[in-house]
Formats: sequence, C-alpha cells, structure tokens
Amino acid sequence: MLAVRYALVRLLGAVAVIWGATSFNFLLFRLAPGDAANVAIVANASPELQRQLRAQFGLDDPLWLQYLKYLGQTARGNLGVSFSNQEPVSHILRAAILHTLPLALAGVVLALLLALISGLVSAWWHGRLADHMFRGSALVLYALPAQWLGILMIFAFSSWLPSGGMSDPFLLDTSWWAHATDVARHLVLPAVTLALTTYGAFTVVLRSSMISALSEEYMVTALAKGLPTRVVVRRHALRNALLPTVNLIGLTLGTMVGGVILIESVFSWPGIGQAVYSAVSRRDYPVLQGAFLLLTLSVISSSLVVDVVCRALDPRTRRA
Amino acid sequence: MTGQVRHPGARGRLGRLVRVAGRRPSATVGAAVLFGFGLLALLASPLAGASADAQVGPVFAPPSGAHLLGLDDQGADVLKQLVVGTRVSILVATAATLVASVIGGAVGLLAGYLGGWVERALMALTDYFILVPALPLMIVVAQVWGPDLWHSVLIIGMLLWTPMARVTRAEVKVVRTRGYVLRAVAMGASRRRIIWKHVLPQVRGLLAANAVLIIAAAVFAEAALAFLGVGDPETVSWGAMIQHASERGAISQDAWWAVIPPGVCIALVVVACNLVSLAFDVTARHRHGRGAMPPGRSVEVEYVHG
Repeated sequence: MLAVRYALVRLLGAVAVIWGATSFNFLLFRLAPGDAANVAIVANASPELQRQLRAQFGLDDPLWLQYLKYLGQTARGNLGVSFSNQEPVSHILRAAILHTLPLALAGVVLALLLALISGLVSAWWHGRLADHMFRGSALVLYALPAQWLGILMIFAFSSWLPSGGMSDPFLLDTSWWAHATDVARHLVLPAVTLALTTYGAFTVVLRSSMISALSEEYMVTALAKGLPTRVVVRRHALRNALLPTVNLIGLTLGTMVGGVILIESVFSWPGIGQAVYSAVSRRDYPVLQGAFLLLTLSVISSSLVVDVVCRALDPRTRRA
Repeated sequence: MTGQVRHPGARGRLGRLVRVAGRRPSATVGAAVLFGFGLLALLASPLAGASADAQVGPVFAPPSGAHLLGLDDQGADVLKQLVVGTRVSILVATAATLVASVIGGAVGLLAGYLGGWVERALMALTDYFILVPALPLMIVVAQVWGPDLWHSVLIIGMLLWTPMARVTRAEVKVVRTRGYVLRAVAMGASRRRIIWKHVLPQVRGLLAANAVLIIAAAVFAEAALAFLGVGDPETVSWGAMIQHASERGAISQDAWWAVIPPGVCIALVVVACNLVSLAFDVTARHRHGRGAMPPGRSVEVEYVHG
C-alpha cells in the first residue's frame, strides 16, 4: 500500500515537471524578443504572408486558447514542423533518439565497468599509491570537456577507427553482420569518450561506500568463517556498496545528456545531439524545443525507473 | 571562517593561512591555480595587447620561438588568444556562479529557516530542477534570447543553483536549533535580523565551498555553449577556441596546438575547484564531528566575530 502511494506521488511529480517544461517551452516562444511570428516565420515575409501564417499557426487566438491548444497538440505527440525542411519534428526526433540509445547505453555500461574496477581497487588499497593513481585519473578525466576529449580521440585514433558518422556509406558488403560490425566500429570512439568523461563521479561514490562497507563488522565475521576474499568482497561488500552508485545514475542522467549532445556533435553521430547541433546553426526552434521536451521526458522517466529499482534492491529504503 | 575558535599559537591571519596551507597541500595547489588564472584574467589586456586576433603569420603555423603555441585558423597567435580567452571564460564563470549562489543561497536559507510549506515547495522545485537536463534548456534559451555574453551568464547561473540550495538548507536546519539562535529568537530579534546576523555568517564557509564547485560547472557550461555555437561569436573564450579549432579544420591539418591549450586550461580550473572544495568538505566534517558545542561557547564566538 505504501509502495503504491509512493509510486503515485513520484508519478505525479514527474507529470508536474513535464507539464512545467512544456509550459516553459510555450512561454519562451511567446516572450521571445519581437513578435512570435517574426521568430517563428521566415524573416522579411510580406505583410499578407505574415497575416496568413499567423492565422495558420493560430497566433491570433487569445493566449490561453493558444496555450490549451499547444498542450493538447504536445500531449498527442505533435511537436510542430521543422523550419529547415518542413518535416514533422516528432519524425526527426524519433529517428534520432533510436540512434542515440545505443551510444548512451554503451557509454553508461562502459562507465560503470570502469568505475567498478577503479572504485574497487582504490577502496581495497585506500590511502595507498594505487588509490591515489586511480582516483587521480578519475578526477582528471572527469575534468575534461567531453567535446575536447572527443577531438583528442580523433587526433589519436582516427587512423585505426572511424571517427565520424554511424556507418560507412560506401560499405560494399550488404549483409546484416557486416553492417552491425561497421556500426560497432563507429561506436567505439564516441562511447569510450562518453564513458571516460562520466565514470569519475561513479568511482568516487563507489569507493567511499565500499570503504564504509569494508569496515563493517560483518566483514570480519565473513573473513573469520573462512570465506575467500573474492567472495567476501563480491557478496558482502560490493552488494551493499552498489546501491548509492545506482542511485547516482538517476541523478547524473541530466548531466550525461549534455555530454551526449557534445560528443555526438564532435563525432557526427546522427542522434539527438547532432540534431540539436544542426538545429542551432539553422535557428530551427521547433526542433530545439522538441529535443528539450523529449530529453526532459526521457531523463525523468529513467530516473523514475532507477528509483523503483533502488527500492526493489534495498528493502530498507521502502520504509523510509 | 567565522565561528572558529582561535588557537593560542596562531600569529594573525598570515600565520593561520600558512598553517592551513601546510595541512592541506592539494587544496593549496588548487587555490594557487585558481588564483593564477584569476590574475591572468585581470592582466589579460596588458599581457596580450589589443590585437590578439590579428593575423601574424600563415594559417595553422606550428609553434615556434616567436609564437610559443603556434597560430590558429586565422593565423593569429594561439597563446595571446588563450590569455584573452581566460578573461572571458573566468568572467562568465564567476559572474554565473554569483547568480547561482544568490539564487541557491536564498532558496536554501528560506527553506531551511522558515520550514513548513515554504520548505516543501522550494525543495520540490529544487528536486525537479535537478532532473531537468541543463544543457538542452540552456541551448533553447540562448537561441531564443540571441547570442550575448551576459545572456550566457544569466542562463548558466539560473540553471546551476540547485546543489547550493540543498546544501544550504541542510546546514541552516542545523544552525537554527543552536543555542545562540534560539536566544536571539527569545530576545525578540526579527526573522530578517536572525537570518542576516546569526544564520548567514555560520553558513558562509559552506556557501563558499559550493560556489567553488559551481565555478567548475560554469566553466564547463560556457565551453559547451560556445562549442555548440550559441555563445557570443564576437568574443574569444576557451570554449570558442575549441569550437573554432574543430570547425575550421585543425583536425585535418594536424594542428594539435590550436586544440590542446584551451582544453588543458578548462581541465586545470575544474580540477583545482574540486581540490579546493574537497578541503572545505573535510574541514566542515571535522567541525561537525567535534560534536555539539556548548551553547555558551557558541555565543561567545559569535560575539567576538560578529
């Protein structure tokens, strides 16, 4: 009963944020310097054309009616039409997010692996040389701008690995397997860049929760009853230390989205970041606003999922 | 920091500074790096001269004795650009941090001190603001407002205040139950006076520690906005230098000298900020670890420093 109530409250909060983001989008567009019609519609349009377009976009309605219409359209998934190629924004973004997902997933999994290794090493030997080295490199990599590290990766590895796009347009072999390996090869550099710039935060959290788990008395008990160290670390320490790290994933998703946008721009990965990047240079507002809404929606729903997973993993959080 | 009891051996501020520096070497290095960049930003004009973006040689000429970091895509001196860029990046970062600190500090103070429905509302706002992906929001706003240095400052500042609000609220909730605050309440001091005179001075150190971290985030944000092309195209900043290098073919020309320096500067500032704030964090924990101070003593300290 408590769990259901909790889920409902969280869901309500999530809906409120998405509603807030949508309303913000609406207001921002209307409060833009100059008339919305000027921003929205081709500059230097003739007065007749402007009037026509205003009527077509419903800009002559009272503001509250415009707002209600906007909410209704957005709820139905209609995000407007791109200024640059007149395609529906929802189509552009649907294609883009399908490309972003593998990159983001590969990056997060890789980052967690890196954090697991460096967090475990620096917790086990904490205060020693290994700790300083692993923690230091995590901090330094965390401090690098993602776009800059991406450029360096291209400098360093472009002779071995593809450094732009998602697949080779001149690939002769058309089999499914050849296509998959080609995409995987293109994925390496952007995914590694994403992982390197994000794993630092996970390392720090995993390390400190590992250290506190290792100093618990049940660790002594486990070792005293003759369990091998490997089992003790994995079953008794790591399992308890993982929770704060999983929690952190939910909190860092918003930041990670920023990294994905920058990395996709550097590597011309045709995902949502690349869509944002090219929309900026074309001043394509509908695409930008649609991307913002879509990213907010995905971050909020993912953090909801992480929350639920955390509560399933640790019965203690259910009572709190 | 106020509220710190003076040790008998300390000889004035300088002596105390030296002692603190010796105890936390990594934080001292971080503070020195930040100080150096601040100085560089202040002295940028006399150091780089007025014509930092003038063409002085062939495009993408490699580093030489006359131009230590080589030339960029316009044939301008990379080192001079870097110095000028320092001024813009540091200015945007500090100004945005100021905006974020004022908003976050105010939200945290009000929520922590007033409690009740004000606290619940402000913290719900904060919790959800944390989730909204900042960079896409910054891009949308920057695009609609148009490219301008002060727009960047405002946009970055208005999106980085959430951690400040949370930390401040938590600390204020602790401070408001301390003896001297309760006494001030009993003596009939107004709410505003208590917040300004008794609570704010106690959380100042914590605000500073968080502000340092916001500087790092703001440097990142400025670089990201400039890279994506929503920054002010007229100004040279570290982020703009990275963007120019990648847009105008530094990679295909193998001109690493045009790319590496601005990124190194950003990384240095971010690492330095983290080191400094880490030390603040450790010190704060020690302070709390010492346990609840007897109320009489807190009043005395407050009296001496207030």
